[in-house]
Amino acid sequence: MAAIATLKDLYETLSPGLPGAGAAGLDRLRADGYARFLADGIPTTKVEGWKYTNLRDLAGVSLAPAQSAANTDFDIPSVAPGKTHRLVFVDGVFNAALSAVGTLPPGVTLDSLRGLIESSPATAAEVLERFPAPKADTGLRVGPNPGRGQSGGLVGLNGAFLAEGAVLTVGEGVTLAQPVEIVFVATAADGAWHPRLLIDVAAGAEVTVAEHHVARGGGATFANIVGGVRVGEGAILRHAKFQEEDDAALHLASVTATVAASATYETFVLTTGGRLARTDVQVRLEGSGASTRVSGAYGVDGSRHADFTSLIDHVAANCTSREVVKGVIDGKGRAVFQGKIIVRPDAQKTDGHQLNRALLLSDTAEIDAKPELEIYADDVKCSHGATAGELDEEALFYLRARGIPADTARALLIAAFLDEVAEEIGDAHLRAYATARIQDRIGRLTGITVDTDVPVLGE
Amino acid sequence: MAATEQTVEQVRAVTEQKYKYGFTTEIESDLAPKGLNEDIVRFISAKKGEPEWLLEWRLQAYRHWLTMEEPTWAMVDFPKIDYQDSHYYAAPKAAKDKPKSLDEVDPELLATYEKLGIPLKEQAILAGVEGAGDMPAVAVDAVFDSVSVATTFKKKLEEKGIIFCSISEAVREHPELVRKYMGSVVPYSDNYYATLNCAVFTDGSFVYIPKGVRCPMELSTYFRINASNTGQFERTLIIADEGSYVSYLEGCTAPMRDENQLHAAVVELVAMDDATIKYSTVQNWYPGDENGKGGIYNFVTKRGACRGKNSKISWTQVETGSAITWKYPSCILQGDNSVGEFYSVAITNNYQQADTGTKMIHIGKNTRSTIVAKGISAGKAQSTYRGLVRILPKAEGARNYTQCDSLLIGDKCGAHTVPYIESRNRTARVEHEATTAKISEDQLFYCRARGLSEEDAVGLIVNGFCREVLKELPMEFAVEAQKLVAISLEGSVG
Repeated sequence: MAAIATLKDLYETLSPGLPGAGAAGLDRLRADGYARFLADGIPTTKVEGWKYTNLRDLAGVSLAPAQSAANTDFDIPSVAPGKTHRLVFVDGVFNAALSAVGTLPPGVTLDSLRGLIESSPATAAEVLERFPAPKADTGLRVGPNPGRGQSGGLVGLNGAFLAEGAVLTVGEGVTLAQPVEIVFVATAADGAWHPRLLIDVAAGAEVTVAEHHVARGGGATFANIVGGVRVGEGAILRHAKFQEEDDAALHLASVTATVAASATYETFVLTTGGRLARTDVQVRLEGSGASTRVSGAYGVDGSRHADFTSLIDHVAANCTSREVVKGVIDGKGRAVFQGKIIVRPDAQKTDGHQLNRALLLSDTAEIDAKPELEIYADDVKCSHGATAGELDEEALFYLRARGIPADTARALLIAAFLDEVAEEIGDAHLRAYATARIQDRIGRLTGITVDTDVPVLGE
Repeated sequence: MAATEQTVEQVRAVTEQKYKYGFTTEIESDLAPKGLNEDIVRFISAKKGEPEWLLEWRLQAYRHWLTMEEPTWAMVDFPKIDYQDSHYYAAPKAAKDKPKSLDEVDPELLATYEKLGIPLKEQAILAGVEGAGDMPAVAVDAVFDSVSVATTFKKKLEEKGIIFCSISEAVREHPELVRKYMGSVVPYSDNYYATLNCAVFTDGSFVYIPKGVRCPMELSTYFRINASNTGQFERTLIIADEGSYVSYLEGCTAPMRDENQLHAAVVELVAMDDATIKYSTVQNWYPGDENGKGGIYNFVTKRGACRGKNSKISWTQVETGSAITWKYPSCILQGDNSVGEFYSVAITNNYQQADTGTKMIHIGKNTRSTIVAKGISAGKAQSTYRGLVRILPKAEGARNYTQCDSLLIGDKCGAHTVPYIESRNRTARVEHEATTAKISEDQLFYCRARGLSEEDAVGLIVNGFCREVLKELPMEFAVEAQKLVAISLEGSVG
């Protein structure tokens, strides 16, 4: 693959100039990442976890660092304007002028990774190593075919170019009143970035994090994001990601979260942008009583591709997981859902549920779903459900019979369909923002503005 | 009887009950030398007096097989198979010359049938004795090791124009039909095991139901692996012409042996306009002992093509045997309004591993498919449902409903679900549901309180869990299957 040769050249040229180059810890992390990239390469559709998502588009994108536009006069999305702790990255590079961290309570730190490296490469390396890495194998019985499901090459690539990103740590027992926002703005016509996002929530702490990926003039950019999340005992992390990049962008992200006893990790992913966007979420429930809620909504049209892949690994007993992923597909769009629940031998009393529903709006839309269960404990309750189909004719008829025009009725039904995912979000700010973004997307998809909060009968 | 002797006797009785088909029959058999090469393929073809085209087809498959790799994606672990360490042809000598009366039949063969539980009258028929007895409701083709030993009721079926014979006979008597349809559903290059089968298949059953005929009786095949170190590679081909109906039963047993034995069959079904094929299997190959020693490797390719409008293919399987099961009976729903069904119960105990499921490929308009799969794992067994539902762009109004339920008995076993759902048609509706749970304490307590032993209670509950599938079986099989369900789980509780 031509992309691999280009990336090798880039690594040779760029790595001596990366922040902290020469510091032992960072050099090793980057070398390890590069080695992993060389060993695993860019996943192909022959790899089980990439069966439905083809990265041949990578051959056509610029893999070099992006050249940002000089103009920074654009609006920055926010779930609670003026009331958040915010880090802003323009084309993958930390922008201090646009960021507004504000006053953080004691025990809380929010830094750009570049800043952390520049102030102390050794500390930065230590922090980086504290976080879990995505596992190469996504099941216990991988057998003789270790390539199943792996994204190792992409994670390795991110490691090779490790320089930018955000690091949030919340100390024991601290509740952060305002949400933290990490905003990625694309302004360049093309170019790549490989940020690392790390969130460490200590025991008993509570925090809400919103992650935005938007285009402000940006085009065929390529974001290759790796996230690491640790939720300590009894802590709560509410995490939402809004992926709303340009229709030409490429977005690949994998997040690995470990959840300790009695802790909660909630994550929501909205995927409405990008020519190809994939979010790979791995959650490991490691302590008794841990719980997670994973939800996702997507909307694709044109010839765009959205992929939501998840792995919920019940390591400890008495844990619960709930996953709801829904999306609409129009035009020649294609969506992929892969969701796996593993229940390990000691994870008795597990309660795991998963639901995936897809709505096909056109004759050329496609959905590929693979909901998997891999269960080794007997005292468990696990289930999954998956459906695919078009809008319910009877529901449409019902609305039409009440004088609602066909287009509006369709838009309403789509909004109601996706709204169910937004309702999975526990945090009010995040939920309201998600609902608004979903409605905005439906508006662009159908040409009809719907507001599900206002009764339609009053119109 | 001395106490020790009594114990030995009891132990023996218990063991036999667990796998009552675990006997070997000392029959002189005609063996091909061990190993696999082009000469063996030629040897098999020559033994069967096959026409040139069939030999060429076999060789083409063999050469292709050499270029293939064994699939590793299934959730089964087993030591690498040495394909050179097996006999690819074993024919019971007794079957060479057809006997004229029951007295001429090899008594060992009759004893085998008796142990298989086939009534004496049917035994005579099965052994090929002419004009034997009244008319039972089932016509049987018995395949012993690799060779079809007898087919019953041919006359009666011929009156209706139905062809039911061994595939070797069909090659001789109806080459045009065999040539037209064999390999048309499962091509020679399909997959590793199917390709191997194409090269070395020895026998199997052939069924042709002419236009508008409803087959008056159930057709049935008994497969039995007897000789040691033998692979069994049978092929079944069933063609249901326009407007016809056939119900086909397949039963499998094998003796208890320490080493693993290979079974790689291919079954092809073709249903034309308005035709229906109902295919039921009770698979009870030797599963290996409590320590996972021995047992059959069951790598089977089964596929049905609903070629015609309004055609229907229904698979029902009860899989309780085999050390390893690798099997995905599928339907290609090509004709408009065609229907595919898959009802499955897979029970694994001790060290058994089963990776089984189905594929439903919706091509035609208004095609419908139903999948009901029940997996039960006990002991240290692993059971996986793996399925594919694919809706192609032209499949307007297609409909699929899938339900996969797993039951776990004990904390050392595993149950897995791996469904693939691919829809490329807006008007298609696909629904999939899967659950995993254990036998509820309440249900067990309820049964125990009414005086049932724990094992009986588990048998009863599991039978209830499988009811949706078992009720699809024809009467003859349903009773046997229910007993099998209970027997397979013996020793899994308490």
